[in-house]
Amino acid sequence: MNFFRRQRYLVDFTLSSLLRRKGKNLGLLLVYTLIVFMLASVMLFTHGLKQEIGKVLQASPEIILQRMEAGRHALISDAYLEKTGELRGVTERRGRLWGYFYDPAVKANYTMMVAEERNLLGTEVIIGNAIARTRGIGPGDYITFRSHDGETYSFIVKGLLDSGTEMFSADLILMSARAWRATFGVAEGWYTDIVLSVSNPREVANIAQKLSRRMPDTRPILKQELLRTYDAIFSWRQGILFVLLAGAIMAFVIFAWDKASGLSAEERREIGILKSIGWETSDVLQMKFWEGAILSLLAFLCGYLLAYLHVFYASATLFEPVLKGWAVLYPAFRLTPVVDGLQLATLFFFSVFPYTVATIIPIWQVAVTDPDAVMR
Amino acid sequence: MRKSGSFLLLIALLFGLFLISLLDTAGAVPEAEERLMHTRALVTALGLTDPALFTEARYTRHLSQADLHSAFQDHPMALEHFPSGSLILPPQVGSGE
Repeated sequence: MNFFRRQRYLVDFTLSSLLRRKGKNLGLLLVYTLIVFMLASVMLFTHGLKQEIGKVLQASPEIILQRMEAGRHALISDAYLEKTGELRGVTERRGRLWGYFYDPAVKANYTMMVAEERNLLGTEVIIGNAIARTRGIGPGDYITFRSHDGETYSFIVKGLLDSGTEMFSADLILMSARAWRATFGVAEGWYTDIVLSVSNPREVANIAQKLSRRMPDTRPILKQELLRTYDAIFSWRQGILFVLLAGAIMAFVIFAWDKASGLSAEERREIGILKSIGWETSDVLQMKFWEGAILSLLAFLCGYLLAYLHVFYASATLFEPVLKGWAVLYPAFRLTPVVDGLQLATLFFFSVFPYTVATIIPIWQVAVTDPDAVMR
Repeated sequence: MRKSGSFLLLIALLFGLFLISLLDTAGAVPEAEERLMHTRALVTALGLTDPALFTEARYTRHLSQADLHSAFQDHPMALEHFPSGSLILPPQVGSGE
C-alpha cells in the first residue's frame, strides 16, 4: 500500500513538473501522438485491406487461362475453350469478355464486362457506383460510348451495382455480349480469357501444368497467385509511403532523443535541489520514469484510438489521395474492423519503451553525482 | 482532485476506449458480413480477380492479370510512372509455369 501511495505522490510531482513546461511538453505529446497515429493508421489499414481482399478473393475462379501473343495478353478463341473441356477435374469452363474503356469526358478508365446471367438487353448497362458519382448519372439515365469504329452507342442505365461491393465493382460496366462485341469489335468465338473451375483444389497445380503443356502459348493464373499478390500488397518492405514515414520517424527519434537525453540546465538544477533536500537516486529515477511513461502512454493510446477511428469509421480519408494517384474513379468503402495482436504489441513496444528508456538513462548519470556539483 | 487522480481517470478512460476498440473487432459485425457475402457473390458470378483500388492504369487495375513486364512496356528504359506503382509490389506469380 505504501508503495502505491509513494508512486502516486511521484506521479503528482511529475505532472506538476511537466505542466511547468507546458508548451514544450504539449508540443512533444502532439508530435508523438501524430507519429503513433500515422504508424497505427498504416498498420490497421494495410491489415484490414489484406484481410478483406483475401476473404473476397477466395470466391474468385481457380484458374484463369490467358493466351499470350508476342509476350502480351491476347484474345483467346473458343477452340481453346473446347480443349480445356477434355481435361479431367475441370468442372466448369467459360470464356470471359471484358476490356478497358477510356472515357475522355471524365478522363477515367472503366472496366467493361459481359454479365450473361443478368440478361441485359443490347441497349442496357449496369454501372458501378464510382462511375455514377463521377458522371452524375443514375438508373434511367443514358450513357454514350464511342465504339472501336467511331460509332457512338447510347445505353440506358438499368441499375447500379450494390454499393457494398464497391471495392470490387467501382469502375465496372456490365453489358450484354452483343453490345460488348459491337463496342470493341471482337468477333464471335473470341474471348478475353477463359475461367476454369476445378472440383478438387489439390488438382489445380496439376491441371495448370497440363494446360501449359497442351497449349504452350497460354498462361494459367491460379487463385493462389491472386491471393499471394494481394497478400503482398503494400508490403512493409516496399513503398514510398513507408520511405516518407521512415523520414518522419527518424526526425521524431532525433527530436525525442534530444528532448529526453539532453538535460537542460533547469532540469539539472531541479535534480540537484531534489537530491539536496533528501531525495534518493532511486526516487529521481522513478520520477523520470513516470515522466517518460506518462507522455508515451498518452501518445500511444491517443494515437492508436485516433487511427482506429480514422481507418474503420472515417474510411481512411487521409490515405485516399495517396491511393487514388492519378485515377479518377476511386471506390468508397468501409473496412471491417480487424486488429492484428502481434502488430499492436510491436507498435506498443516501439512507441512506449524507447522513449521511457531514453528519459531514464541521462537522468541516472546526473542523479548519481554529487548534488553540489550538479547545481554549480 | 489530485493531479494523479485526474491522470489515472484519463488513462482509465483511454484504456476503456482501447478495450472497446478490441471488442469492436472481436464482435461479429452483421453489416460487414452481409457486405462480404454480396461482394463474394458478385466475384463468383462475374469471375472477378482484382479489387478496383487503382483504376489509373490497366496493369494496376488488374494487378494479377497484367503482363509481368507491363510497367516497362511503353518504350525501352521506361520506368514505372503511375503513383500506385510506388505503393504496391509486382504480381507474385510463377507457380502456374
